[in-house]
Amino acid sequence: MVPVNYYIILSAILFTLGALGVLVRRNPLIMFMSIELMLNAANLAMVAFSSVNHSFSGQIFVFFVIAVAAAEVAVGLALIVQIFKSKHTINVDDVNSLKG
Amino acid sequence: MHLSETISSGFLFLAPWLVFLPLIGLLVNIVFGGRMSENLVGGIASAFSGAAFAVSVLLAYSVSLAHGETLRWTLAEWIHIGDVSLDWTFRADSLSTTMMLVVSGVGTLIHIYAIGYMHEDVRFKNDPARFRRFFVFLNLFIAAMMILVSGDSYLMLFVGWEGVGLCSFLLIGFWYEMDTLARPSWSNSKAAVKAFVANRVGDFGFLIASFIMFWAFGSFQFDAVFAKAPEIQTGVILAITLFFLVGVAGKSAQIPLYVWLPDAMAGPTPVSALIHAATMVTAGVYLVTRSAPLYSSVPEAQNIVALVGAVTALFAATIAVGQYDIKKVLAYSTISQLGFMVAAVGMGAYVAGMFHLVTHAFFKALLFLAAGSVILGMERGHHHLAHGHGGHHGETFDPGDMRNMGGLRKTMPVTFWVYMIGTLALAGIAPFAGFWSKDEILLDASHHSQAVYWLLTIAAFCTAFYMGRQIWMVFFGEARHEAAAHAEESPKVMTVPLMILAALSLLGGALNLPFDGFHNLGHWLGHTLGEVEALGLNLQVAGISTALALLAILISWLIYGRKPLAKNQSDPLESFGLLFKGMNRKWWVDELYQFLVITPYVKISHFLADVIDWRFWHDWFHETVLLGAYNWASAIGLNVYADQKGIDAFANWLGAATQRLSAATRKVQNGFVRSYALSVFLGVVVILGYLLLKP
Repeated sequence: MVPVNYYIILSAILFTLGALGVLVRRNPLIMFMSIELMLNAANLAMVAFSSVNHSFSGQIFVFFVIAVAAAEVAVGLALIVQIFKSKHTINVDDVNSLKG
Repeated sequence: MHLSETISSGFLFLAPWLVFLPLIGLLVNIVFGGRMSENLVGGIASAFSGAAFAVSVLLAYSVSLAHGETLRWTLAEWIHIGDVSLDWTFRADSLSTTMMLVVSGVGTLIHIYAIGYMHEDVRFKNDPARFRRFFVFLNLFIAAMMILVSGDSYLMLFVGWEGVGLCSFLLIGFWYEMDTLARPSWSNSKAAVKAFVANRVGDFGFLIASFIMFWAFGSFQFDAVFAKAPEIQTGVILAITLFFLVGVAGKSAQIPLYVWLPDAMAGPTPVSALIHAATMVTAGVYLVTRSAPLYSSVPEAQNIVALVGAVTALFAATIAVGQYDIKKVLAYSTISQLGFMVAAVGMGAYVAGMFHLVTHAFFKALLFLAAGSVILGMERGHHHLAHGHGGHHGETFDPGDMRNMGGLRKTMPVTFWVYMIGTLALAGIAPFAGFWSKDEILLDASHHSQAVYWLLTIAAFCTAFYMGRQIWMVFFGEARHEAAAHAEESPKVMTVPLMILAALSLLGGALNLPFDGFHNLGHWLGHTLGEVEALGLNLQVAGISTALALLAILISWLIYGRKPLAKNQSDPLESFGLLFKGMNRKWWVDELYQFLVITPYVKISHFLADVIDWRFWHDWFHETVLLGAYNWASAIGLNVYADQKGIDAFANWLGAATQRLSAATRKVQNGFVRSYALSVFLGVVVILGYLLLKP
């Protein structure tokens, strides 16, 4: 059986990749994917702990997270469509109307 | 228990009604008088005054039932502060009931007389609506005088003392908008103010005496003060008695404060009779008599009082000789007779003083009222002429000037006869009342001090002379003015009180005849003042005074009676030159006071008003200093420093600081979603770092 540390390390690597993706990419679609990556990194950690601790609560949590992520993507994609409709671009750096 | 108390104190429970009956009378007249007839208004006032007389009689009866014991009736608590406890207590003893009887008895007769007098007076002066006011004031006076004589402490006496002073002021200024000849002028008002101010000077003495008394004795109550008197230093008692003398000089018109009384004749004649002859002015004599235990313990004070009285008696008598106004003669005569009384009580002859007070109240009230009858008779004659012939209205006619009179015995017989009785009583001819009382004073003076005796004897001589002069000028000879020729006798409502007073003036001496077994007043007052040795009739003293009086009347007949004054003839006494001029001009005392007191006082007042108050305080201090300081402080201190540099500056700084802060923080909100995300990550890192690394 693979030790739990490996899962945690993989999860951390995936989360870091996701975070970097959010911070450095300008395409909102890519940013959403990176967010998904971070969510799933967390999911991976939770199911790993669930398996180690023989508890289902982690897995149940993961179900919730997947459901919320799906809803979030739905809202997010709708937003992107609307932004594109008004700005004809989806480059996030060009969407800065709320600049102070 | 209660029953036995009631019996032992007789009718004492009625004592408060002495004051409240006249007050009810005046309230009735104030509230309902406007819808009542003149006779009803005057009748109510007289009735309530008469009721007070009835109460006085019952109180005197109660005192005699109690064998002269002092009776007290406490009506209400008045002042209770610390140890001081003063009640409104009525005191009935032989002295106070004597005063009550005189005040209410003579007062009631004068009330009745005034119904007739004021009826015509208000018509001659064209203001009938003022009739009611007169009787309201008159009843108020009776109430105040009753407070004065019935008080059981010096402070209660002072309440009455001030009350009668107020009534005196109100009644002297009764015709306040005219002079004595009913011409528009403020001279009657000025006379009222003069009386009030002179009395204030006297009241100041009374107050100082009261303050010293309270400081030394700790009480105002008569008996408490007298009981403690032997323990007190004589110097203190001397100060008290001398300051009381100032009060006496003010109220009883003695030198140097007598000047108000002649001017007080501006009041209607019943007022002159009631207040300025019979009752109020005797308050000073009453005060000295009441304070007998104090005065008796300091002979120096007694000597001064006696001397003041004697000098006043002579001084005023000489002035009376030179007067032409019928009421002015009587006014100076009153001052002179008050001098007799003050001299008597100053010598410790309290019974003689009180005896003269009583008889004087009878005959001087009689003389004043008769003089009022004469004046009204002249007015009637003048009125008759004015309407009969016309053309007399423009001329100023003085109905009180004796040079306008003459021959009135034919037109006013009743007035003439009562006036004769009053004159003989005043001149001191036996057996009229004045003879017995004046003789008693002279007899005491001859034992006590030759100076006082001779001063009073000469004064008595002058008295007989000026009264003789008055009688010849007014009632004998021929009329020197058409008004006198057409004078008419007064109605019954006026003459009946005159007759009663004439009877009292005739028989009043019976109160205290100088024969064994007839010292009634002496025994009666002895209950309060202590028994005094009753003096018999001294033929030498009585003989001298009677001879001098008869001589004076003879001289007056030689000058005025034998060859009556003709019309416009000047007074034969004017051949005495300066002497008569001095008597006529009142020895220039008013001018002297004008020069010594009034002119400097007015100058000081002007100086204080114009220079100190207006120019210094108003113009300089208020307008320049205060206003300038205020303007400067508001312009510089408040405007620049407090407002501009303080409040404004803070508000502006707050706004500028907010702008700078927001300018700095708006840079954070750059609109780049990724930088927001970075912030979120950094925030998470910081929070997690804190949570993980926290100890």
